Amino acid sequence: MTGDDPADVVIVGAGVVGAAIARTLAGFSLSCVLVDAAPDVGTGTSKANTAILHTGFDAKPGSLESRLLGRGSALLRSYAAAAGIPVERTGALLVAWTPEQAAALPAIEANARRNGYQAIRPLEVSSLYAREPSLGPGAVAALEIPDESIICPWTTPLAFATEAVRGGVRLVLSCAVTGVSSAGGVHRLETSRGPVRCRWVVNAAGLGSDVVDRMFGGGGFTIRPRRGELIVFDKLARALLRSILLPVPTARTKGVLVAPTVYGNVLLGPTAEDVPSALDTATTAAGLSSLLAAGRRILPGLGVEEVTATYAGLRAATEHSDYQVYVDAARRYACVAGIRSTGLSASLGIAEHVVAELDAAGLPLRERPGFVSVPPVMPYLGEAGVRPYQDAGRIAADPAYGEIVCHCERVTRGEVRDALASPVPPADLGGLRRRTRAMNGRCQGFYCAATVSRLFHGASHAAGRP
Amino acid sequence: MNVDVLVVGAGPAGLSAAVELRRLGVGTVLVADREAAAGGVPRHSWHTGYGLRDLRRIMTGPAYARTLAEAAVAAGAELRLGATVGCLRDGGHSAVLTSARGIETVRAGAVLLATGCRERPRAARLVPGDRPAGVMTTGELQQRVYLGGERLAGPAVVVGAEHVSFSAAMTLAHAGARVVALVTEYGRQQSYLAFRLGAALRWRVPVWTGCAVSRIVGRGELSGVEVTSAGSGVVRFVRCSTVVFTGDWIPDHELARAAGLEMDAGTRGPVVDTTLETSRAGVFAAGNLVHAAETADVAALSGRHAARHIAAALGGAGPVSGRLAVRVEAPLRWISPNAVGVLPAPPPPLGRFVLRSGEFRRLARLEVRQDGRLLARSRPVRLIPGRPVHLDAAWLARVDPGGGPVHVAMRS
Repeated sequence: MTGDDPADVVIVGAGVVGAAIARTLAGFSLSCVLVDAAPDVGTGTSKANTAILHTGFDAKPGSLESRLLGRGSALLRSYAAAAGIPVERTGALLVAWTPEQAAALPAIEANARRNGYQAIRPLEVSSLYAREPSLGPGAVAALEIPDESIICPWTTPLAFATEAVRGGVRLVLSCAVTGVSSAGGVHRLETSRGPVRCRWVVNAAGLGSDVVDRMFGGGGFTIRPRRGELIVFDKLARALLRSILLPVPTARTKGVLVAPTVYGNVLLGPTAEDVPSALDTATTAAGLSSLLAAGRRILPGLGVEEVTATYAGLRAATEHSDYQVYVDAARRYACVAGIRSTGLSASLGIAEHVVAELDAAGLPLRERPGFVSVPPVMPYLGEAGVRPYQDAGRIAADPAYGEIVCHCERVTRGEVRDALASPVPPADLGGLRRRTRAMNGRCQGFYCAATVSRLFHGASHAAGRP
Repeated sequence: MNVDVLVVGAGPAGLSAAVELRRLGVGTVLVADREAAAGGVPRHSWHTGYGLRDLRRIMTGPAYARTLAEAAVAAGAELRLGATVGCLRDGGHSAVLTSARGIETVRAGAVLLATGCRERPRAARLVPGDRPAGVMTTGELQQRVYLGGERLAGPAVVVGAEHVSFSAAMTLAHAGARVVALVTEYGRQQSYLAFRLGAALRWRVPVWTGCAVSRIVGRGELSGVEVTSAGSGVVRFVRCSTVVFTGDWIPDHELARAAGLEMDAGTRGPVVDTTLETSRAGVFAAGNLVHAAETADVAALSGRHAARHIAAALGGAGPVSGRLAVRVEAPLRWISPNAVGVLPAPPPPLGRFVLRSGEFRRLARLEVRQDGRLLARSRPVRLIPGRPVHLDAAWLARVDPGGGPVHVAMRS
């Protein structure tokens, strides 16, 4: 499917990490292809997570994850501001509910400081309840992490992919890599869309990264998908909290948190369960009921609020605690794997690191003459800023921005139209949801799904009249 | 823009209120609806039976929707469609309206909220499993089929066995799907006999009682659902390409809640007295926002009822005081109206209070008490979840204005 000349680099996996690497490589004089087995970017772990922009305060000091998380988080904050990716610096409160948990707080604080995060501080219980009056009774101690933020997990990989495509990267979707053969300095990737030839391969295949790694003679790790179920509460619950409410983590999991979302909802989760299949994103009765029980203890007011959505995501965990990132210069292969649950926050740090490693390994990186890296300006999906339906000037210039088609999320016909015409357009209704928020609201399509679906399928705009 | 009355929602309640307001001589009445066409849910509900109690005629939903919209325009109300009321300010008396025309503020002497209700979707019912396409509510199904002309093929499962569930089964059959069953957790169906027999004879739809859809299965497309029997716990897989979640209504109360109106924990709608005034003077609520879900004609009559009291009370503002709460005890889930205003209180819509039960009861009497004093005892009534129970309002005359809240309880 490529022409006679092999590409310089093929990145396997258009999740947030692969897309971040693609946008970084777009700045160089290289031919670069970003492939994904799915029909859209960011459909794996990238789309179903807790949507938190971590500081990395709780990472393992000295680990690669700690370093790239700290760096990536700082890079993403400024990138998000430029690209219009919604971010709210809500801060996090790590709450201890038992004396045993309280006893663990000093170590967590010391750990944060070793990670270079100094703003963490203990919070008096009275201050905790003053900050979060709806918090359930019984908290005994807390730490404040003022820079923990919430972010839009859908716009982030999309912005990276958009920037990459504008910079000349070829994005090839519905393209599953099934095998590789290498000869004469060229890899031949067998894919579901035919062979792809290239000089270098970057494996950012997320949940499938161990399979790709073995194709290149790796095999140092196995992906052990860890499923996290989450519940999204109605926007009317948003007033119940100001900050991200974290539990005291255990050795196995960071535990169940309650967080606001940039869309104005409240998120509860995740569970942590090892599952055999990298496809099993089903929610379970046991998982949802355990979350509800935990949620009612943390924030009793959640008990009477409506649930808007439930979903499950899979973390690409391995048997190792740290990222599995290495470059094999002889095979012209980079592995970027095992990025369990911090890929969104660390993505730009990982990309910077991997590109530097590729440079050191001999990938010829020459700045593209005249290329200026400018983040794309993405449609704004957050509640903190001004959305099109609230923007009188925009509606006056284009009345389609005053025509609300998804009432719960206040998405306009103009935004749906823009998404369909964007450089990385949606492949299905799920893709349209992630680009516009349409159909993501409390009615889950009762009012809007038929109309939005008709807009997506290109039918003439329904008059709504029989 | 200034109007005498702003009506939010152009469904049966809002349109009927607009007609009545104009008939009573109210000057400017603006009806705003976020949809592109007026009429509310009946627009996409193709079966007949609409208009019985309010228009004394029987017609299909779309014909009913058109009739009400035309009547409102003929009466001199202004209809603004494709216009969303984003929020209420100034104690509920001004509204921010967004449409293709721009963003404008509408100030009103009185406001009637008639935003209707919706069905709880699958997620709100916490049904676990995958998230494939083909999972929807009746509202989405009807719009796809009747407004969008979509065809559906293959087997379909309907969750619920109340009035609307049979309506969903009819829509599915019309669209080309084969309805496998209506599935209800209750021990029996809850629809009306005539409707149910008609559906059973014409479409031969079985009702599976005492079981629940407990899991959704399918990657991308729906492959089927798991149905768990409540008694035996036996789980069976039912292959289907569509599953419709019906009933389980919740008022579309977001505007009311965001405006700071006092809300009723049972109905999930705003607290209203017998005039349908909310906790804010001059802000009224009618139709299925007050309690979900009644038939369209009952909603229309409630709009008309509110209109009469709005016309009489135009100009009021501020919080309402001196009201008594009306409360229910289990298995009763809610009562509406749920407050009694200044005595002597006028009768509620249709001269009766409406209640819902959470359980089936064959012969039950409803007792109304205030501070332990018996105000009324009803004749034996039959309680069916999801179906209205009515309580005559004659006891209002016996309420002590200085007393405590009124309690309504069931005595077997």
